[in-house]
Amino acid sequence: MVTGLIGRTAGRLLVPFIFIFGFYIVAHGHLSPGGGFQGGAVIATGVALVLVCYYYRECMEHFIEAKNFKLIESAGLILFICTALAGLVLASGFFFNWLNASGGLFGNAVEYGANVGDLFTAGIIPVLNFAVGIEVFGGLSVVLLYMFAGLKETTKEEDDAEPHNFAQTEELP
Amino acid sequence: MARCSVPPKLAIFLIIAVTLILLLPAFGLSFGHPLASGTDQYYIDHSQEQTGSNNVVTAIVFDFRGFDTLGEATVLFIAVLGVAMFFRRTH
Amino acid sequence: MIANLPFIAVALLIGIAFAMILLKRNMIKMIMGLGILEGAVNLFLVSLGYREDGIAPIFTSAPADPTMVMPTVQALTLTNIVIGVATTALMLVFVMLIYKKYGTVNANEMRRLKE
Repeated sequence: MVTGLIGRTAGRLLVPFIFIFGFYIVAHGHLSPGGGFQGGAVIATGVALVLVCYYYRECMEHFIEAKNFKLIESAGLILFICTALAGLVLASGFFFNWLNASGGLFGNAVEYGANVGDLFTAGIIPVLNFAVGIEVFGGLSVVLLYMFAGLKETTKEEDDAEPHNFAQTEELP
Repeated sequence: MARCSVPPKLAIFLIIAVTLILLLPAFGLSFGHPLASGTDQYYIDHSQEQTGSNNVVTAIVFDFRGFDTLGEATVLFIAVLGVAMFFRRTH
Repeated sequence: MIANLPFIAVALLIGIAFAMILLKRNMIKMIMGLGILEGAVNLFLVSLGYREDGIAPIFTSAPADPTMVMPTVQALTLTNIVIGVATTALMLVFVMLIYKKYGTVNANEMRRLKE
């Protein structure tokens, strides 16, 4: 199991664009189809591409460790709950949309009816979108990392020897 | 294994019965004309003034039914926790 | 009758899913059956909320005075998809552990090995 130079280079080039596209889906969750869950899944797809292009061992050496993804996931859930609890403290109840039309962050008043869409509207909904996006990204990445870690891995010497074996098996028929 | 290659008659009967029962909505409902839509029409009419979100589905998921999403995020968190717990030894 | 094609497709898909869950012995294929069952339920929910000539319930760049499909079922479908992913990952991990312990993913063989 060897990923060639072309696959590795293409994956390395594509991963930032996949991340940016996932970030766009998360950020525009209140304006267009999408949202936290979908955008987080798209970003986790980028992590899957990194894992396919490079080995799990190499990813652990040069990328991020699995326990950091667990921390990212917990941070997303904590941000979600804290944003909801802030509604209890600053306004009338749990999950109250206390940022909507307040003039602050994401606080612009929305224009009723069909409009072109303003990114800084909808109060706490974009914040919750980001929280859920972070959580889904971390959670799916943890699952992917552990499942890739369950695969039988070859050592570096076997990797170097393996193309030779592939060439031999291809010549047989 | 030869015993298992013949599918049990009860299972076949159950599958056919479930499929036939689930064909009933195709005769009772009409596609494109939902019967009761009061709640959904309320969400469509009032989502922009109450939540400020252009996307009505996001307004429902994160505002009108926020507790639902909280439980959903918790389920996802606990499932990932279970996966991590099972892979603890091999790691 | 033919206008109700989504509901007929739902019934057939649920039949296929139950057949896979009850008749297959391979646990991976049973999990695939559960995935088909999830897809059928999602299709049922979304087709319940469809209105004729409706557009997606989003006001960004919408035409004037639009007819929108019902949004609640779509929100429930979103919930269903996420929970489906989580439970599928958990079940696949169970199958990986069973294979590591018993050396098989066949449900009958595993039951025989346990005795």
